[in-house]
Amino acid sequence: MWDGIGDFLAMGGHWPYVWGSYGLFALLLAAELLLQRHRHRRTRTVLNRRFRRTGSTRTHQGTGT
Amino acid sequence: MSSRRIPWLTFAAPRNFHLLVQVLVPWLAGVAVLLAIAGLYTGFFVAPPDYQQGNSYRIMFIHVPAAWMGMFLYLLMAMYAVIHLVWRIRLADVMARSLAPTGALMTFMALWTGALWGAPTWGTYWVWDARLTSTLILLFLYLGYMALRATVDDRESGGRAASLLALVGAINVPIIYFSVEWWHTLHQGMSVTLTSAPTMAPSMFAALLLMTGACWLYCAAITLRRAQVQVLEDEADAQWVRDLLQPPTAESARTAEDPAGTIREEGHS
Repeated sequence: MWDGIGDFLAMGGHWPYVWGSYGLFALLLAAELLLQRHRHRRTRTVLNRRFRRTGSTRTHQGTGT
Repeated sequence: MSSRRIPWLTFAAPRNFHLLVQVLVPWLAGVAVLLAIAGLYTGFFVAPPDYQQGNSYRIMFIHVPAAWMGMFLYLLMAMYAVIHLVWRIRLADVMARSLAPTGALMTFMALWTGALWGAPTWGTYWVWDARLTSTLILLFLYLGYMALRATVDDRESGGRAASLLALVGAINVPIIYFSVEWWHTLHQGMSVTLTSAPTMAPSMFAALLLMTGACWLYCAAITLRRAQVQVLEDEADAQWVRDLLQPPTAESARTAEDPAGTIREEGHS
């Protein structure tokens, strides 16, 4: 269907619109994933540090629903 | 209400929810990636150029899923808001809160890709068309919800106010959906409905479905993961979180069960 990579990238002259759409979508999804991973790791690190500091003190069993 | 009688309530317990998400997310993410690869391949290498729009129509493969997700996630958020307001189930509030950023992102992407699709097709990036304007309002509703959560210090009252906003704002979703039928303006009508055959080539429709599946699973994975982290933070004082992050060794478990060491003494005597 495409006449080489150049033809594919040109998108029939519509490349700024097509790649501008897909590019920002990919960028924002990547940013969301990275932010989420960062938050997950930070939460685990903070909690681990707190648990090490407080030792094996028993805490409550959770809050249910 | 016992969780035995209503099985789904089992996963409203934070610990069970955490375990469920731990199992689900890798599968959801894995299948999302596979569907996205298949969808992008079909969309760019199988589907032919449109006879009128040329190749700019390929923006549709992310524009439509993003728009659908923006609306769908809002309805889901409103549903969780109702559960939170009526039954006071805290996990419902966590879910609503976790859906908002991804919903806002999808709505923003629907507007962005719509603008970039509109430029070569309509000759303008933006018009105050009913569909576009109501989608912009949806974005503001998401941002308002998130701002309300972020600014009200008291988690409980802030959560209730935000839930109320989510609920009231849900009226906007059918307005967006039916806007192209109610007001005949610039945005095209529905190409895909439940009651009639799609008005596009089968390969285009296949790419659209694959990308929608990928988007849906991505949204499910990221919002569940966000809710899982929120649950960990909320339940930081619970023993199950401690056990999860620092699994007790055999020795520490024995000490915890028998702090005075009486069993050991008896064993020695």
